[in-house]
Amino acid sequence: MTYPDYYKILGIEKSATQKDIKNAFRKLARKYHPDLNPNDKDAKKNFQEINEANEVLSDPEKRKKYDQYGKDWQHAENFEKGNHYQQQSSGTHGTYSSGTHFDGAFSDFFESMFGGSAYTDNSRRVKFRGEDYNAELHLNLLDAYTTHKQTLTVNGKKIRITIPAGIENGQTIKISGHGGQGINGGPNGDLYITFSISSHDKFKRLGNDLYTTVDLNLYTAVLGGEITIDTISGKVKLKVKPETQNGTKILLKNKGFPVYKNEGHFGALYITYAIKIPTNLNDKQKSLFTELSES
Amino acid sequence: MQIEDLIDINEICASHDIEISFISSLQKTGLIEITTVDDVLFIDTGQVKQLEKCIHFHYDLDINIEGIETITYLLDRITTLQEEIGELRNRLQLYETF
Repeated sequence: MTYPDYYKILGIEKSATQKDIKNAFRKLARKYHPDLNPNDKDAKKNFQEINEANEVLSDPEKRKKYDQYGKDWQHAENFEKGNHYQQQSSGTHGTYSSGTHFDGAFSDFFESMFGGSAYTDNSRRVKFRGEDYNAELHLNLLDAYTTHKQTLTVNGKKIRITIPAGIENGQTIKISGHGGQGINGGPNGDLYITFSISSHDKFKRLGNDLYTTVDLNLYTAVLGGEITIDTISGKVKLKVKPETQNGTKILLKNKGFPVYKNEGHFGALYITYAIKIPTNLNDKQKSLFTELSES
Repeated sequence: MQIEDLIDINEICASHDIEISFISSLQKTGLIEITTVDDVLFIDTGQVKQLEKCIHFHYDLDINIEGIETITYLLDRITTLQEEIGELRNRLQLYETF
């Protein structure tokens, strides 16, 4: 457990007045507040620190205790026995003294010294709506190809969700009411799940379309023929035209990715032919190629 | 819109200990929409998050209405740009291993 220097975090002297603390906090909060820095984990972490520093230093009793026991916080337990801080705790993480909902926890140091999250009495204490939770869910391309159910554990609660086929990498879905509990009868917050879909070694996805490269031997490319290729939904036989050039692209309709929430509709599969030149030719084969080149 | 999707503005003001005039100012600048039913002012539950954001900006960060308006516009732009970056990253994957 590390000892946070709350004065340093807020950039103030130990002799700072309440006004100095408030000003320092507001200045930093304007820079790092999560509402001002969407999807920025670093800003969120910084805000947690300044929020916690403000929570302690803006409360004269907490500040006194921090100043007195700060570095030797372990000894503060005796001081804590029968303490009155717990009585003020709401048991809900993620608020700061001026009343913002914030889904960040306090540090181990804070929890150990002040006993859970901090609510101190001031004017804007009561909350209305529960906090929103954010989660990231990793899928592979094949998972995202089919509609399936998945059970997630969010803050100790199991939630079973249906993931529609065709979900995009980076797409966020909202599960209403599965965020933090509302306070004083207010509605619960929402759960936001962002999907991270790993790339596939054979198929690349762009929107609803898939792209793949298929090796084609020289003879089939020159003379034409029939090949069997893998699509994401199974094998498909394809006719190859004679004199097919390297890099030729063909399109297979409806063999791409399912369109999100549009059942029965699929994107296209784009196939690029990579013609493979034969290697380790024997003398006879070389002679035939020579003959061909001179013909 | 159903009545159960609406929250009485007075309840919100009481919960957050804020003035109704603040909400009216937000409405005037178009930051939130207010619905009137039988002379009672309501806000749609879908807008509560936006309203709470404005409350935090104003009461916690000391930002005035004009500032909130500017921030909201810039945040919308950030969101659009982040979506565009996500789309471009997905597109870039096409060329990374081919």
